[in-house]
Amino acid sequence: MASDAQSAGSDGGQKPGTRAARPLSPHLQIWRVQITSFTSIMHRFTGMALAAGTLLLTYWLVAAAIGPEAYSAANGFIGSVIGVILLIGWAWSLFYHLINGIRHLVWDAGYGFELDTAAITGWIAIIGATVLTLIVFIIAWAL
Amino acid sequence: MSIRTPIARARNHGSAKTGVHHWWMQRVTAIALVPLVIWFVVSLLSLVGAPHEAFTAWVANPLVAALLIALIVAAFYHGAIGMQVVWEDYIHGHLTRIVVDLVTKGVLTLLGLLAVISILRLAL
Repeated sequence: MASDAQSAGSDGGQKPGTRAARPLSPHLQIWRVQITSFTSIMHRFTGMALAAGTLLLTYWLVAAAIGPEAYSAANGFIGSVIGVILLIGWAWSLFYHLINGIRHLVWDAGYGFELDTAAITGWIAIIGATVLTLIVFIIAWAL
Repeated sequence: MSIRTPIARARNHGSAKTGVHHWWMQRVTAIALVPLVIWFVVSLLSLVGAPHEAFTAWVANPLVAALLIALIVAAFYHGAIGMQVVWEDYIHGHLTRIVVDLVTKGVLTLLGLLAVISILRLAL
């Protein structure tokens, strides 16, 4: 059985290290951008942005642990132009990844695959993330 | 838990490695992160412009410290195994992929530890 699995895994019948010239399915640049493909790409992109954003989150917590001066220096950076731009990007990524992540969990449970539903929930993720980001920053500025 | 089908278990077939563990842990951490992230964002809003004493007093609450550490562990784990999938998709050299994946996981582990130690220092 093990040898069956191995030959199915490689290009069965080919010499090791060579590949049969089989047709390839069209790649990203061939397809028109659709809401489902766009939301999928954005899920990965925002996930990567959030992984990078852990640097900022850790810096902020470490600064708070070091003391008042380091904490106000961190808050000073977060309040700077670059800091606010990073924070807006981080907030949008977080909200988008949160809403679209829930969309993925619903798919994992077996629901929401109808094309209309998938399109609607995709727009909910994009618009929802934008609205939540706006609300959070309006509240933050009002405080 | 096992989510192998009964027939697969009876025939003793299935994954020779870790099977669906990676996929499953990605979902477990995702489910945990939904309420944790909502709580964290609402808390951050109440801390806007807070002085250092107010922030440290907030972290010193045991419930807050526990939730923060849960958030950090779940988020960094979720991020580490998420980045693993990205590298697996785009880096085709076997050795390069393993090196980049391990460096990513090492950096995220260290950052996560730094964050947890900072929380504990303020909480204890």
